[in-house]
Amino acid sequence: MFRYATRRLLGALPTLLILLALAFFLIRVAPGGPFDAERALLPEIEANLRAAYHLDEPLYQQFGRYLWGLLQADFGPSFQYRDFSVTELIMTGFPVSLRLGGSAMALALLFGITAGSIAALRQNTRADYAVMSASMTGISIPNFVMAPLLILVFAVYLGWLPAGGLGDGSPRNMVLPVIALALPQIAYISRLTRGSMIEVLRSNFIRTARAQGLPMRKIVLRHALKPALLPVVSYLGPATAAVITGSVVIEQIFGVPGLGRFFVQGALNRDYTLVMGVVVFYGVLIIAFNLLVDLAYAWLDPKVKYS
Amino acid sequence: MNRNHFVATVLVTISLYGCGAETDQAEPIGGASGQELAEEQVLRWGNGAEPGSLDPHRTQGVPGSNIGRDLFEGLTSEAPDGTVIAGAAESWEISDDGRTYRFFLRPEARWSNGDPVTADDFVYSLRRSLDPATLSNYTFILNPILNAEAVAAGELPTTEVGVRALDTHTLEIQLENTTPYFLGLLTHSASYPVHPPSAEAHGNQYARPGNLVSNGAYRLEEWVVQSHVKLVRNENYWDNGRTTIDEVWYYPTEDQTAELSRFRAGELDLSNAIPKRQVDWIRENLPEELVISPYLGTYYFGFNLTRPPFQDSPELRRALALAVDRDIITGQVTNAGEVPAYGWVPPVQNYAGQQMPEAAWTQEERVAEARRLYALAGYSEENPLRTRILYNTQEDHRRIAVAIASMWKQTLGVEVEILNQEWKVFLDTRQQKIETEIYRSGWIGDYNDAYTFAELFASGSGLNHTGYSSPDYDRLLREASAEGDMKRRAELLQQAERVLVEDLPIMPLYFYVTARLVRPWVGGFTPNIMDHHRSQNFHILKH
Repeated sequence: MFRYATRRLLGALPTLLILLALAFFLIRVAPGGPFDAERALLPEIEANLRAAYHLDEPLYQQFGRYLWGLLQADFGPSFQYRDFSVTELIMTGFPVSLRLGGSAMALALLFGITAGSIAALRQNTRADYAVMSASMTGISIPNFVMAPLLILVFAVYLGWLPAGGLGDGSPRNMVLPVIALALPQIAYISRLTRGSMIEVLRSNFIRTARAQGLPMRKIVLRHALKPALLPVVSYLGPATAAVITGSVVIEQIFGVPGLGRFFVQGALNRDYTLVMGVVVFYGVLIIAFNLLVDLAYAWLDPKVKYS
Repeated sequence: MNRNHFVATVLVTISLYGCGAETDQAEPIGGASGQELAEEQVLRWGNGAEPGSLDPHRTQGVPGSNIGRDLFEGLTSEAPDGTVIAGAAESWEISDDGRTYRFFLRPEARWSNGDPVTADDFVYSLRRSLDPATLSNYTFILNPILNAEAVAAGELPTTEVGVRALDTHTLEIQLENTTPYFLGLLTHSASYPVHPPSAEAHGNQYARPGNLVSNGAYRLEEWVVQSHVKLVRNENYWDNGRTTIDEVWYYPTEDQTAELSRFRAGELDLSNAIPKRQVDWIRENLPEELVISPYLGTYYFGFNLTRPPFQDSPELRRALALAVDRDIITGQVTNAGEVPAYGWVPPVQNYAGQQMPEAAWTQEERVAEARRLYALAGYSEENPLRTRILYNTQEDHRRIAVAIASMWKQTLGVEVEILNQEWKVFLDTRQQKIETEIYRSGWIGDYNDAYTFAELFASGSGLNHTGYSSPDYDRLLREASAEGDMKRRAELLQQAERVLVEDLPIMPLYFYVTARLVRPWVGGFTPNIMDHHRSQNFHILKH
């Protein structure tokens, strides 16, 4: 298993390098530059800024410099947030996004798997229809509609929860953003679980278990759930990476200082180093989570063996 | 230099604020109205975007400047109504030729760590602000200072800037030319002092909590990027005795709808703006909280004069400018109290704005003239003008562009294509002047003087995206820059504005307003045209 994981990680390096190169050159191809503003800078001052950030060097040299910095865990300075390095920005934003996204995914797994299983076990009953319509609604209503609605009801009208910000870091501030982030995930996971569970419940080994007279609860928990979760686990890899690296919509609406806003603002401001930093970070997380998913397969499916 | 050679211009308005005997604030706050102060003096601002930096010489944009005004104090400062008053300097003298300023610093002024604020600190700071190594984007603010431009360009060493300390508390600044608005420039963050030992010790990390030593009414306590900036009272500030607010919180509030929700949920005392599309709802439901006031800005459409159809066609530009019903734009599209603009310079101090002569006409008369000029330019219903409007992607800009396109279509038959681009792409396209025919833009003045508007359309200005170049206009601007007599200077700038509204390289649409929400118990909020506020002038009433 360890050798497999090491091999996979080493195999991911070329992927990461391609990702880096693509992001590095694409952001520079985009029209406009980091120092463009309403008032054009004096040529001397702009030249000075470009030199300070090494943007006056040939592209291949800049790329080499960037890779060299990366090897030393240096993502470079941010062009936009000039008092911070990109590493510092990521390290400030990521814990918040992780806490928010982690809670949302935990909530989504708990409710999504439970609701999906119930719907599958009671297929074509009212419970099934209720769960499926709720999840369809969850998928259809975008975050930027759901989040303001939650704020309006729970913060403005009822005054139970804060409308935004981190406050003193208390869980109260996290409730609404976590719910807003979790709702679509609950919807997806419940639909995936339902579909897969229905299929598993129809398989021969479950039929055998039932014929042996095992109670339904035991059949589901001990035999059906694990194989039924395989598609959910496949989904979880990239979904978790996406959720814990922050959602720009949720962060902006709730004023949460996560990583997501850096994605968009970095790109809009042509903050090359910030964009690169976030892309690399996200890329590494995706690779790591995909590996975790594959390792989880081995635990869930006895047919899968890694050596 | 003998003091007698100076015209004593110690502004006495200043002492009113400095000593406080005759001002409104001499009254115990809340006392006259029978209202008491709240126990907790905490002020919470919605601040738009996240500040790029809190280092006054490296900051860019309004959010950083807002916080900077609480943290730092320049040689001059601003009263709540925006009038320039004494700051770290308690008085000053200006030489007869208007080119030498001598500032007398307050001996009692202290940095937040207790060190005295000295003339050497200002010499260090102005040099640092201009030093190319600081990477400031705002060195142009200091251009009036002798050699400042050459130092910023790296052509001269920083020691050549026209600034020197005569003694611990006397600073002398020499200017290139008479600059009547110079005292106002000293309230800009580019001219704030930084604490030399801290700036030297921490370099790029000077503006971090724990590192930042400041000389304003507040000091930096916390900064969590994208979450908040928390300031607390600077006990060492020379006027701390008259400061009421103990803590100031600035929240980044880019999404105006989300900001409105936070305001309604009671989490903000002042919003940064309002969502324009909800202005009617706000007027109806939050009438007491809504404050709308004039703002130093002009919204306009510019013409690309380097290419047809607008090159060499003043009739066509004028026809398009006249065919726009500005009352409809401000009354039905923007709808937040903006003022229709027929001239370029908004109502700044010591200046009477000039307008297009047609401003006094009825819209019907303007449309009739527009049709005549349109035909004169060679266009007709059979041969309509086909043009395009370029704007940076934003809903408010789109609505204005659509309204104007339909007005042109209706009155003249012009075929208009409306194009939007993301901000940086838009800047790039506009700069190239190839695809652009008409572009939307807005200009917010850097200081309260007509020159900050007039300079935009000087030939070769970094802000002149039209390609407009008028020898007359340039000459009037040059003469105004060198003119010491304020009245004559204003006349020259007015003449320049008349040239501009005659040539119409741009089409002014409206003068901006600021619209924000302010809680009824926030005392001391005074709208001003620069929209500059300092938390030290605020207080929270018991509620």
